[in-house]
Amino acid sequence: MSAPSTDRRARGAGAARGADALDRSGAAQPGAGLAVERVRWSVDGTLIVDGVDCTAPPGAVTGLLGPNGSGKSSLLRLVAGVTRPDDGTVRLGGTDLVSMARRPRARVVAFVEQDSSTDLPLTALDAVLLGRIPHRSLLAGDGADDLRLAQDALARVGMAAFAGRDLGSLSGGERQRVHMARALVQEPRLLLLDEPTNHLDIAAQLATMDLVRTLAADGVTVLAALHDLNLAAGACDHVVMLSGGRVVAAGPVEQVLVPDVVEAVYGVRCEVLRHPRTGRPVLVLG
Amino acid sequence: MTTTRAPALWLAGALLAAVASVVLAVTIGPTDLGAADVWRTVVDHAGLSGALGTEPLARLQDATIWQLRMPRVLTAAAVGAGLAVCGVVMQSLTRNPLADPYLLGLSSGASLGAVLVLVVGITALLPVAAFVGAVAALVGALALAGSMGAITPTRTVLAGLAISQLAAAATSFVIFWSATGDSYRSILSWLMGSVAGATWTSVAIAGGAVLVLGTLLASTGSILDAFTFGDTAAATLGIPVQRTRWTLLIGVALLTGALVSVSGSIGFVGLVLPHAVRMATGARHRLLLPLSALLGASFLVWADTAARTVFAPRELPVGIVTAAIGAPVFALLLWRGRRAPRGLG
Ligand SMILES: Nc1ncnc2c1ncn2[C@@H]1O[C@H](COP(=O)(O)OP(=O)(O)OP(=O)(O)O)[C@@H](O)[C@H]1O
Ligand SMILES: [Mg+2]
Repeated sequence: MSAPSTDRRARGAGAARGADALDRSGAAQPGAGLAVERVRWSVDGTLIVDGVDCTAPPGAVTGLLGPNGSGKSSLLRLVAGVTRPDDGTVRLGGTDLVSMARRPRARVVAFVEQDSSTDLPLTALDAVLLGRIPHRSLLAGDGADDLRLAQDALARVGMAAFAGRDLGSLSGGERQRVHMARALVQEPRLLLLDEPTNHLDIAAQLATMDLVRTLAADGVTVLAALHDLNLAAGACDHVVMLSGGRVVAAGPVEQVLVPDVVEAVYGVRCEVLRHPRTGRPVLVLG
Repeated sequence: MTTTRAPALWLAGALLAAVASVVLAVTIGPTDLGAADVWRTVVDHAGLSGALGTEPLARLQDATIWQLRMPRVLTAAAVGAGLAVCGVVMQSLTRNPLADPYLLGLSSGASLGAVLVLVVGITALLPVAAFVGAVAALVGALALAGSMGAITPTRTVLAGLAISQLAAAATSFVIFWSATGDSYRSILSWLMGSVAGATWTSVAIAGGAVLVLGTLLASTGSILDAFTFGDTAAATLGIPVQRTRWTLLIGVALLTGALVSVSGSIGFVGLVLPHAVRMATGARHRLLLPLSALLGASFLVWADTAARTVFAPRELPVGIVTAAIGAPVFALLLWRGRRAPRGLG
């Protein structure tokens, strides 16, 4: 997983290929990318997502931040179409995702859950191949193309050597990367990641964020729930800060990850420094 | 677990084994017959004796093959295939390694229906009563599961358990209240599962159900694959989770109901066989489903052959044989799976 950018695959037209998303963060065309408006969702009368408005520009990585229970996973599930919002709209490049049929939506949106496991005996390669289901007839088996894509995806997440391993025998971090590969073979235009760096060591965390940035540079819109504010500061173009099911701040990293917001949301004091090499913000807590 | 990329080979082998099992099993029994005799009988009954120039068999031998053994062996094959497919689908839909075709209380419902008519003495109605009982249990279980909200795997299991216990209690009550010597024996034999009384009607019911419903269920490989990581993952792979679960549960229940109506509830085939096949081929359903069906057919054919020959002239209900083989195999699978960190795999 050391050099994911050497493995870049060509994508459809409209992809702002080659340009670094960091420099384009303000240049997103309105209407493209993900637009969430007034989305509300409640369970048994308890409002969990409370009128969320936010956008994730195309070809950029948007971080979804917020304390435990702030509604990050719930919002991602709503955007993925797993649950239906009580109110509000979710659009991708102008297409309404909520009313879209499931199968076409599954060819456009991929979602890596916070936790997913199975008791079934399944190889890593087979697990990745599941991501091809929306792209082929439900009666068809894995084609040669599917196999090639799955092997490519495993290579991209640095798991090529594990293709034949039983999923149950992999470490948590290895499994996490297999799930990421499963999302990649779905060839999504919108990639939703719920704590993708969960279980990963620091090198793998950075490699995953690198991979995500490469995908974004290829034109994919990425919305990733993250806990590590510094990881978000280093790798995201935009961040959306949730608290109690509402958006409390959203925008470029430099505007959202400031001491006032962090203290208001987490109740933790912090200083913002500059990374000596990249110039990106670095948060020092306490 | 290794990934199999030669499913065609597996399937061809299993198909061959199933056909060979049927032919061989028909030749086995107190009257000594050979595969050639089976062939001649089939040709004769197909009206092709003249065309193919084969001699029909003597009346008695012909009757043994055509009236007794063929319907019985074919019914066993159909029931075995159907139960195995239903088991695979149930285990996937509920993500529960202990799920079997009877999970929704179907066998208990069918038993209640069957016991009621056996006690009253109208045996001719037995298949109908069993099927009605199974469908009633299905309706009860799904209504109960659905009344709790979306039908999740856990709710399905719990609702099935509740209906199952209820029907079992009612069955026990009926037996306790009114069964006497003879009817008690036939009830017990029915409860344990048996294909001893199979006729061409049984073949038509079980075989027809397996050909129609079994084939449909066996073609849901990709859909069941999508459930591997749970409902959310299935939804993001484009599967309408609730509609799919309802449809497949009803399909399984109708097929199981048809099978139970001809054979009673034969245990362990639908529970153990899917696990055994999964261990050999991995969990992808496109191979698992048809392969389980074919191996299920062979398995039940041989189990029933053992049931009628091992203690000949006495016969065991085949359910005793499948339990006697299935329980230790299940234990073995658990023991082998113990090295894997999670589940039975
Ligand atoms: N199906 C549900 N039923 C009841 N409450 C729910 C449901 N889903 C989420 N919640 C509640 O909604 C709140 C938000 O949950 P959510 O999982 O979206 O938080 P999160 O931001 O992802 O948290 P974490 O960082 O811990 O993953 C929590 O308080 C949770 O208990
Ligand atoms: Mg979460």
